[in-house]
Amino acid sequence: MVNKFSQMLASILVNAIYAMVNYPIVLISTLLAPFSLLIVITFVTHGSLLPVAIGGALIMTMIGSGTSLQQDLSHLKNDFKLQDMIVSSPTTSKVYLIGMSISEIVYSLPAIIVLVILAAFYIQTTAIGYAEIFAVMVIIFIFSVSLGFLLSTITSDVIQSWAFSGIIATILSALPPVYYPITYVPFPFRYIVYLSPATYAAEIVQNVTGLVTFSSTTLLIDWIVIIAVAIIMTYIAVKKSKWTED
Amino acid sequence: MGELIVKKVSKRYSGGKFALKNVSFKVPSGGGIFALIGRNGAGKTTLVRILATQLKATSGSAKINGIDVSKNPELLRESIASVPQEARAVGWLTPKQFITSYLLWRGFDYGDANKKAIAALNNVGLSKYVNVQNQKLSGGLKRKVLVAMVMASDAKVLFLDEPTTGLDPISRTELWETLRRLKKDHFIFLTTHYLEEAERLADLIGVLDDGKLRAIGTLDELRKKAKYPYSIKILSKDHVEKPKNSIIVKGIDEHYQILTTENNAHAISNSLIKKGVKFSMSPLSLDDIFYYIVRKPIEVENYEEDGEW
Repeated sequence: MVNKFSQMLASILVNAIYAMVNYPIVLISTLLAPFSLLIVITFVTHGSLLPVAIGGALIMTMIGSGTSLQQDLSHLKNDFKLQDMIVSSPTTSKVYLIGMSISEIVYSLPAIIVLVILAAFYIQTTAIGYAEIFAVMVIIFIFSVSLGFLLSTITSDVIQSWAFSGIIATILSALPPVYYPITYVPFPFRYIVYLSPATYAAEIVQNVTGLVTFSSTTLLIDWIVIIAVAIIMTYIAVKKSKWTED
Repeated sequence: MGELIVKKVSKRYSGGKFALKNVSFKVPSGGGIFALIGRNGAGKTTLVRILATQLKATSGSAKINGIDVSKNPELLRESIASVPQEARAVGWLTPKQFITSYLLWRGFDYGDANKKAIAALNNVGLSKYVNVQNQKLSGGLKRKVLVAMVMASDAKVLFLDEPTTGLDPISRTELWETLRRLKKDHFIFLTTHYLEEAERLADLIGVLDDGKLRAIGTLDELRKKAKYPYSIKILSKDHVEKPKNSIIVKGIDEHYQILTTENNAHAISNSLIKKGVKFSMSPLSLDDIFYYIVRKPIEVENYEEDGEW
């Protein structure tokens, strides 16, 4: 019986813990990553949008996990041929994906801890509200890591990987209004931002903060959309990822 | 005693090019080294990747120790390990961290993985470098880390795709020594450009050319397949008086080569000694065999009727 916990631990060690141990500077970098826009939005709005920006930073951290996963796995696959070495071992693609996904969470843990502390202070909501934020984070995380894994398995070199990262960053990070309310986006651009799943996630989180209110129908649609895209992307990642070559 | 059986394996890539064409062979896989030699693009890596379950064959089948490569890859993966061509130990890790992680991927507990990693690194002479980052190691040491990695695993069938390419002669010789020790209780499927490597290490040698297996056997068997198992190298063919049962060909370098039988070789060499002509005589090397199998020599003069090499 193969020890799946060991197999997942290997991914977490290689992609997160050993990287942090061998390069402590990584800790500072990962800690600072989600704060740049949060700080800008807070200063520009004199603090009034801080709760929204904190919620946005939490969503962005999850999306960043998918982008990082895509880059990390592409790097390990194309520059070190690690994927081929793992294929010829008892580790399955699913266990590798889960382990590597957890490694991204571990990698982002310093930032997540600080953001959760800030959320506890500045987002005034109920336990259900916090649970909603947590659920949105989990769903967006599943979506983004599935997308990242899928893309990593079809890249053949680092240039392709950078191109995918740029596209993901635009669609999932730059386009959606996660750090500020969607009402700040003028028409007709508001229709365009709905192309990004992160927009739907942001609406739910912004509603929890109480600074922006959405109708229950809108929120229902938001939940349906993010759950659907997460399920579809996970399915595609499992079915279409090129773990071995045809 | 297991066997590696390859039956009519072909591989056609999406562009339409055939990398392998009906390759079939059978070799014992209980231990020892099988070296697959061939030119760039001959199909060596494609075959290794198919056998190591990384790539699917277009047609044909293969079994390693009774386990079908395409029908039961999950089971097979428990007993094989692969070091792909151009593989590198992950740069930001130390050799110990890298091998420990690899062993965890193979399902070992952390404690066992750690102990086995250190033991394998000691075994290949890397005890000094256990905690040095891989990216700071020389090319030879990096390759040793990869060999230590598969050595530490529980896999008994190892695929090493050109493990010594780019290494200096000393590093290469050191790695050969490690492989010699490893082959005592492992079956190693090795691909290489270096014919000397195959000659020195391999128990069996296969010659792949343009996707086809052109020859397979021990070095002696391959020599026997050649009609003339002896080679005499001379600078000018003018010194030779039409030897019987021989051919003279332009060799790999600027020399001429008389390919002949053992008895003739002695007679020709005696005659050359009497004339004071400088020459060298030896059984056919793998270089010669490979050269003549893969790329027919430019024949100069043929002193026998059928003229087959």
